[in-house]
Amino acid sequence: MNLLAAGSAEVAEAFVEIGTVALVLAVLARVATWLRITAIPLFLLGGLVVGEGQLIPLDVSDSYITLTGEIGVLLLLLALGLEYTAEELQTGLRTGARTGLLDALANFTPGFAIGLLLGWEPIAALLLGGVSWVSSSGVAAKVLSDLDRLGNRETPSILNLLVIEDLAMAAYLPIVAALVAGSDASTTVKNVAIALAVVVLILGLAMRWGRHLSSLLAGSTDESLLLSVFGVTLLVGGLAQELQVSAAIGAFLVGIAVSGPVQQRASALLTPLRDLFAAMFFFHFAFAIDPSDVVRSLLPAVALVLFTVPGKLLVGWAGARRIGVAVPGRIRAGTALIARGEFSVVIAALGATLADGSELAALAAGYVLLTVVIGPIAARVDARRLAARIAPRPQPAPT
Amino acid sequence: MPEVTETHLPGVGVRHEFTTGRGDRVSVLVFRTGRREVALYDPHDPDAASAVLHLDEDDARTLTDLLGGNPVTEAVAGMQQIEGVVLDWIPVTASSSLAGVSIADGQIRTRTGASVVAIVRTDSTLPAPEPTEVLRAGDTVVAVGTVEGLRAMRQLLSG
Repeated sequence: MNLLAAGSAEVAEAFVEIGTVALVLAVLARVATWLRITAIPLFLLGGLVVGEGQLIPLDVSDSYITLTGEIGVLLLLLALGLEYTAEELQTGLRTGARTGLLDALANFTPGFAIGLLLGWEPIAALLLGGVSWVSSSGVAAKVLSDLDRLGNRETPSILNLLVIEDLAMAAYLPIVAALVAGSDASTTVKNVAIALAVVVLILGLAMRWGRHLSSLLAGSTDESLLLSVFGVTLLVGGLAQELQVSAAIGAFLVGIAVSGPVQQRASALLTPLRDLFAAMFFFHFAFAIDPSDVVRSLLPAVALVLFTVPGKLLVGWAGARRIGVAVPGRIRAGTALIARGEFSVVIAALGATLADGSELAALAAGYVLLTVVIGPIAARVDARRLAARIAPRPQPAPT
Repeated sequence: MPEVTETHLPGVGVRHEFTTGRGDRVSVLVFRTGRREVALYDPHDPDAASAVLHLDEDDARTLTDLLGGNPVTEAVAGMQQIEGVVLDWIPVTASSSLAGVSIADGQIRTRTGASVVAIVRTDSTLPAPEPTEVLRAGDTVVAVGTVEGLRAMRQLLSG
């Protein structure tokens, strides 16, 4: 391979196409900042417009963009795994299991049911359940910091729920990935067993040796730390893929395994890399979707929204109430959780090879776009006035 | 000092919260990155922050200096390094038998074994006060002594 020598027309064309895509994404990210929303919905829209609709055909660079997108998923899940420390995960499990269960019931079930009602195979319905289940921690974090709500009393309940969902994904993702890969009953059972064994193995190693891994990495320079974490992530991801466990899950588990001060450093170092590759992933996901499919699946998407927006409001309410927060705070907690995002897109992408995969992707894209718009708008509603209307009570006497 | 409660915010940092003497609730959110947010709460909706001050690490240091920039504070910080000598700040309550009594008449040194090295008042501070200085309710006495001596003094002044 000789990239520097002039001559390879294909490479030249690929560079031009990837460069154009990156610049389009840059403009979209700028617009997102201006609109005060996260960039994910705009990346999805960008991909939809450019993709199968053939407004700007990308022929040569498709395979390059596919690979960057694949790396994007790994880094996205690595970052999601890095988000919380091991103690935070343990505390979250101890204190939030009940709310987490309610969350799964209220938000997984509608997706699963609608998938079945659409006549999909059960695995695709299972994936749609996952799409409607998990809130976007990215959007929630942005809403909380944009609206200066990190100091609010309901905030710990919101963050704890996100931690629980993160943990739930560590079990859910490998199982569905194995189900997708299985062709008949016996291989499916075998795949699920291997997947769970791998997860338990990696988590076990992380618990036992994670500190050693982290202290091994701690002394390294930024450059070497970045390369180590990136290398370990791709390596574990690749090995997981070999074992029929999705590579993304391997990356997620690496993120959970890296702990201590290294976690923060790695997280800071990897953020720009993740932003670059994940943008490509969202773009590529939507790129493969026919926009007319999204329009066609709008009805089920709206139905799903109608069930799962109240579902998140209920979970937010219950979680905030458990820690003694009053009605306005319970409403705020629910609205912060409405938006779905990165996890939902990853889950839908897992089903790409299924017969109903393209329909699932189209529905998921429409659904994520809807909730990502509704969520931040709902979060700006005056919760106190709303609370006064639904639960009128005398104002506390000023002290 | 009012009770400070701590709440861990997963993925964000730690929030410290207390109620001021006048009843306002204040929280300081320390981010993992070192950034700080100081928040005041809405009296009509005590769960919501009504005003938030965003501080980077430098701002936080500046604010700390301004809030704690009393000469006595600095002297105290220096003296706390000496081994075996303990320093404490003790408020004089209205119910104390020594409120309205001078340091000499109260025989503080004799009764507790600890010495008053400064008196902090709302409007002024008196480093090295004369024995004739009268303690007032609301004063904060800065005292040096042994752990037991300071405990005895706290009983006298805040008892």
